[in-house]
Amino acid sequence: MDRRLQFAFVLLCLGLLSSTARSDLVVSKAERLVDLNSHIVRVLSKLKVENEGPDDVSEVLLALPDAQAKNLAAIRTFYSDGKLGFVLPTEPIEPKGMPSDVTYYSIALPKKLGKGKTVSLDVLSIFTRSLKPFPEEITQAESQLVVYTDNMYYTSPYPVKYQSLVFRLPGRVESYTKYPKVELVKSELRYGPFEMQPAFSYSPVVVHFENNNPFAVANELVREIEISHWGNVRVTEQYTISHGGASLKNGFSRIEYQARPYMRGASSFRVLIAKLPARAHSVYYRDEIGNISTSHFWGDSQRTQLEIEPRFPIFGGWKTTFTIGYSLPLHDFLFEADGGKRVLNMTFGCPLDEVLVEKHIVKVVLPEGSKDITVATLFPTKQSEDVKYSHLDILGRPVVVLEKDNVVPEHNLYFQVYYKFNNISLLSEPMMLIVGIFLLFVACIVYMHTDLAISKTSSSYLEKLQWEEVQATVQHIKNIFDQYLAAHDKLESSLRDLSRSGDVQSCKAARKAADAQFKELAKELKPLLTFLQSCSQASSILPKIEELVTKEKEMQEKEMAKHTTVVDCFEKKLGGKDIESRIASQQQKLTSLKQEVESLLDSISEI
Amino acid sequence: MATSKVEGSSSLRHAFGGVLSVFILLLIGVVAFSIRLFSVIKYESVIHEFDPYFNYRVTQFLSKNGIYDFWNWFDDRTWYPLGRVIGGTVYPGLTLTAGTMWKLANSLNIPLSVETVCVFTAPIFSAFAAWATYLLTKEVKGTGAGITAAAILAMVPSYISRSVAGSYDNEAVAIFALIFTFYLYIKTLNTGSLFYATLNSLAYFYMVCSWGGYTFIINLIPMHVLLCIVTGRYSSRLYIAYAPLVVLGTLLAALVPVVGFNAVMTSEHFGSFLVFIIIHVVALVYYIKGILTPRLFKVATTLVLTVGIAVCAVVVAILVALVASSPTKGWSGRSLSLLDPTYASKYIPIIASVSEHQPPTWPSYFMDINVLAFLVPAGIVACFLPLSDASSFAVLYLVTSVYFSGVMVRLMLVLAPAACIMSGIALSEAFGVLTRSMKFHITKYFECSHTEAPAKLGESTSTESSAPLENMTKSDTTEKPEVARKEKVARRKQKKEKELTENAHVKPVSAKKEKRPLVLPLEASIVSVFLLIVLGGLYVLHCVWAAAEAYSAPSIVLTSHSHDGLHVFDDFREAYAWLRHNTEVDDKVASWWDYGYQTTAMANRTVIVDNNTWNNTHIATVGTAMSSPEKAAWEIFNSLDVKYVLVVFGGLVGYPSDDINKFLWMVRIGGGVFPHIKEADYLKDGQYRVDAQATHTMLNCLMYKLSYYRFVETDGKGFDRVRRYEIGKKHFKLTHFEEVFTTHHWMVRIYKLKPQKNRIRGKSRKSKLGSKSTSSKSGGMTHKNPWN
Repeated sequence: MDRRLQFAFVLLCLGLLSSTARSDLVVSKAERLVDLNSHIVRVLSKLKVENEGPDDVSEVLLALPDAQAKNLAAIRTFYSDGKLGFVLPTEPIEPKGMPSDVTYYSIALPKKLGKGKTVSLDVLSIFTRSLKPFPEEITQAESQLVVYTDNMYYTSPYPVKYQSLVFRLPGRVESYTKYPKVELVKSELRYGPFEMQPAFSYSPVVVHFENNNPFAVANELVREIEISHWGNVRVTEQYTISHGGASLKNGFSRIEYQARPYMRGASSFRVLIAKLPARAHSVYYRDEIGNISTSHFWGDSQRTQLEIEPRFPIFGGWKTTFTIGYSLPLHDFLFEADGGKRVLNMTFGCPLDEVLVEKHIVKVVLPEGSKDITVATLFPTKQSEDVKYSHLDILGRPVVVLEKDNVVPEHNLYFQVYYKFNNISLLSEPMMLIVGIFLLFVACIVYMHTDLAISKTSSSYLEKLQWEEVQATVQHIKNIFDQYLAAHDKLESSLRDLSRSGDVQSCKAARKAADAQFKELAKELKPLLTFLQSCSQASSILPKIEELVTKEKEMQEKEMAKHTTVVDCFEKKLGGKDIESRIASQQQKLTSLKQEVESLLDSISEI
Repeated sequence: MATSKVEGSSSLRHAFGGVLSVFILLLIGVVAFSIRLFSVIKYESVIHEFDPYFNYRVTQFLSKNGIYDFWNWFDDRTWYPLGRVIGGTVYPGLTLTAGTMWKLANSLNIPLSVETVCVFTAPIFSAFAAWATYLLTKEVKGTGAGITAAAILAMVPSYISRSVAGSYDNEAVAIFALIFTFYLYIKTLNTGSLFYATLNSLAYFYMVCSWGGYTFIINLIPMHVLLCIVTGRYSSRLYIAYAPLVVLGTLLAALVPVVGFNAVMTSEHFGSFLVFIIIHVVALVYYIKGILTPRLFKVATTLVLTVGIAVCAVVVAILVALVASSPTKGWSGRSLSLLDPTYASKYIPIIASVSEHQPPTWPSYFMDINVLAFLVPAGIVACFLPLSDASSFAVLYLVTSVYFSGVMVRLMLVLAPAACIMSGIALSEAFGVLTRSMKFHITKYFECSHTEAPAKLGESTSTESSAPLENMTKSDTTEKPEVARKEKVARRKQKKEKELTENAHVKPVSAKKEKRPLVLPLEASIVSVFLLIVLGGLYVLHCVWAAAEAYSAPSIVLTSHSHDGLHVFDDFREAYAWLRHNTEVDDKVASWWDYGYQTTAMANRTVIVDNNTWNNTHIATVGTAMSSPEKAAWEIFNSLDVKYVLVVFGGLVGYPSDDINKFLWMVRIGGGVFPHIKEADYLKDGQYRVDAQATHTMLNCLMYKLSYYRFVETDGKGFDRVRRYEIGKKHFKLTHFEEVFTTHHWMVRIYKLKPQKNRIRGKSRKSKLGSKSTSSKSGGMTHKNPWN
């Protein structure tokens, strides 16, 4: 395959040589450093571009073969004018009159490059899925070998005067292209230097080497950032992680994995490290069937680190899903912007180390009632809008959805969401709850006070009314009897006073007063009794009440009799014992009567 | 003026009492809910055990696809290749309840996941059950007993064991439904209101939806009705309470797909129909008695009795014939094992293999109902003192549930509410007596200090008032006998301090407040109250301990405390997650049936058998495969299209309920259907063992091999920490299976069936095997592998 590719390129280069480049730029020096340590390939090209033509040039073209360009995740040009560093805009273009199976990027220079001037540019290009596992299936015990293919010469639309290529490797090298100039120093493979290569020179270079670093690929990552103006930003990240390297064959043996973990299963990964923003709290780590208990969490004021272990070690071709969630303090991420707007400033990428995200979706859930939403990102993303309903929402919360494929750690840049929000809307949900509960109580009150009987003339309804009336009457009667008893008590206490002070007159007065009260109460009682007698429903209580009345009458008489006796005795100045013997029988009857009256009262009150 | 004041204060006190009891009930609800959250706090918000995973999966389906799809759901992820009609074989009450709660929350835009709703369904319904207990006990013995019973039920360990957060099983809602149905029955019985009778049928319907235990209701209530009739307590209220329940309840029950015509066809329901007939006869007799003169009535009685006996004989004969014509005599296996505790272990190994179908031991009574076991007899006595319809029901409920709990551990759950009601009654009565006498003594004490001055007069009134005391003891009929005994002692003591006592007695204030002045000595009552409080405190401590330690483990995550802190064993979910993500969606996983529900719910893979043990043959097939040698097992599994075999192995970490310990049942159930599996081949000295003395068959069966494959390499000796000996066969290779995954603590091991061998060799081998098997077996033995 490589040979065919080479052939094609040679043809291509020959064709190209005849046509002139657009300008007379020359790359005077190109040093490439290819970092093959992780599964994300980073190529740093240090270029010195010289303008040999007569005209000023404002843009420099970069070329990438299509085979590489389709794996390109990001390209970035750094330029330094001695004091300050810039990132220069690097955009793909399709210039005319150029070979077509090459993708071009143009770098806009900050100032025009005059004749004979040179400019230094550092171009960082990041490729994903460029390391092909070879062999494609390995057993648990084997190391993972991968192949990387590149152009030995710097692919450029301009001639290159001097260039070199260095591969930085993670470990052992199985084989590599040994022609024409190469040296292997420790873990570095150095090609070159080559001098005076024409534009679009091509010669393939293949490196076959061991790479056991985790090939963690997130097939999909959904990051939901939910803003609450009560002071919290809630981030929920749903991962689908798989191992992008050589797939495992012959099953997984725990005994080999446990006995020699680094020898056996070297190609797998067990731990992922998430670097969360500082002051992240309320962290959780779970999947669809519950918490995953294997994680460590530590943090200081600068950063927070979460070390998570999936439920099982991930071998080639294996897959797992999990969710990480954490809360952040609002004031670290939300700021006031011009024009009364608010701006959320968050990082875009995934917080996991060295993970390639194939499909990255960021959802920013703004509070209900946000308006005029705009998003600013440093790289192009697909934007759409959505609505999410949560926590007693009525209108729903506006959601900004940003989508991007092939996200690498270099995309972990800040993006901004601007929106307008009125703080009053914060109170809408508590107010809704308050009103709801208030209405509930009102409904209860209304229910308790309305008469829901369908027919006001039905017999059962009338009965109910009458029964209520009877109950009220009985209650009234009970109160009257309570007063009777109180009057009795008064009489008794007057007797007691008498025995202490011997004041006959006041005792007599007490008796008179009690007598009057008894009469009054009897008067009061009469209509109530007649009412009860007329009621059919009171028939069950009536005998008891009548009994009560007679008993009470009897009691009154006895009490009066006793009172008179005692008073008489005092007037006759009889001794204590004498009085006692005289009233003894009365006293006995009185007590039993009293007991009966009370038990009757109790039985009535139970109705 | 005085009137209004008195009235005001009493109504205020009444209102205050009402508010207080509402507040107490609210707190009881909170306690019932929160005591069940230990599992969430100590572990996590996760579904527990086995069956709840199935219910969870069904709820997920319901919430995703709606009710109509739910009724028609044919589940092809289980019982492969038979499948299972979920809609028609599941008690839908729990699922519908949780699904409705979820829907309600989501329609209010409260974002709760189905899992959260499922986890918290049981605690919520425990609070409801506590309130239902309050209502029921209130109908039986008044508010005080009701509140006490509710408080006791809120934290009874037996109920907690089935309703901790995450224990999303039928019992969670069924106990509430059970108590509430009983409450409505008693309420109808007390009021004679048709409204409550209708509600009662609806509650019964809910119970039928929720749990197979509804047969308990439909047998207990007729028993009570019969009891009332026999003891001459028939009334129109009884009729209203019973007749609508049978008619409406049976109609409604037949609407539940899983019950259907069983509601009229199985013997469990016949008792209710019989009593239904009897109550009508009795009603008729009472009616006729009312319109006829006594003499005519006598004539009519003899006439009807002769005809009636004849008719009854015919009906009974028909019934017996009908029942006898069905193979199990119309009784389902589980019900039969209720009536005859030895039935299951004799005939149905699959029922006997479940530990919760075993009879309980005495310690488990103490563990599950604790001090209630001692309070229950007192409660029964209290129920008998004035025996009402309601209290006789409570006693009957208790007695029957005690019997059932003695048959199966699982039914301890039915006993728990009865025990709580009885204990509530007992405690409340005891407190009533004790506090009343304390109050009496205290008021007396105050009176004493007040009336020191008119001692003369007090003296004068002292001697003659012993009579009322005698009178009043009569009125106090509800006291317990021991209380009565104490009371005698008390009275003797009282004689000594007679003057003081009676002095107080004639005082109107004290006498008025004392409704039932049965008094115990102050010291005795203080000590008794103190002891009762201590008893209650011990109960609470035990309950909290049980809730926190004994019953909170979700069994899906295990923890152990060692010197270096907490150690978590999350192997089950590790294995299920692996299956979920790293096998094909349509792969079939074979395991013993215990793990079927979990595999379908957590790993989302098709299983061969699961915990709904509806097809004994299918389970026996898996049991046979597990107890066969590797090659035969491979053939069985391959014919079932199985790709992975999952075994649970505890030998490395000492997890006792692993497959080797369950192997006994695999052999027994397998051997029950496929006679070439003989239990004797696996036994050495009557024991299942896997050490050096184990039989050859045992050491070569699939279960042994899959469990101990390469186990010896862990410590060099192959020491099994569950069985506590070294395994018999240490070094062996697998020929037909390959290990694909083993969890961190080796608790779950997953093997893949190796692909079929070269076709030509396989063909010749197969034909050879076929001829061998036919030659070695008698003609009738076609059962070796039904799937070939």
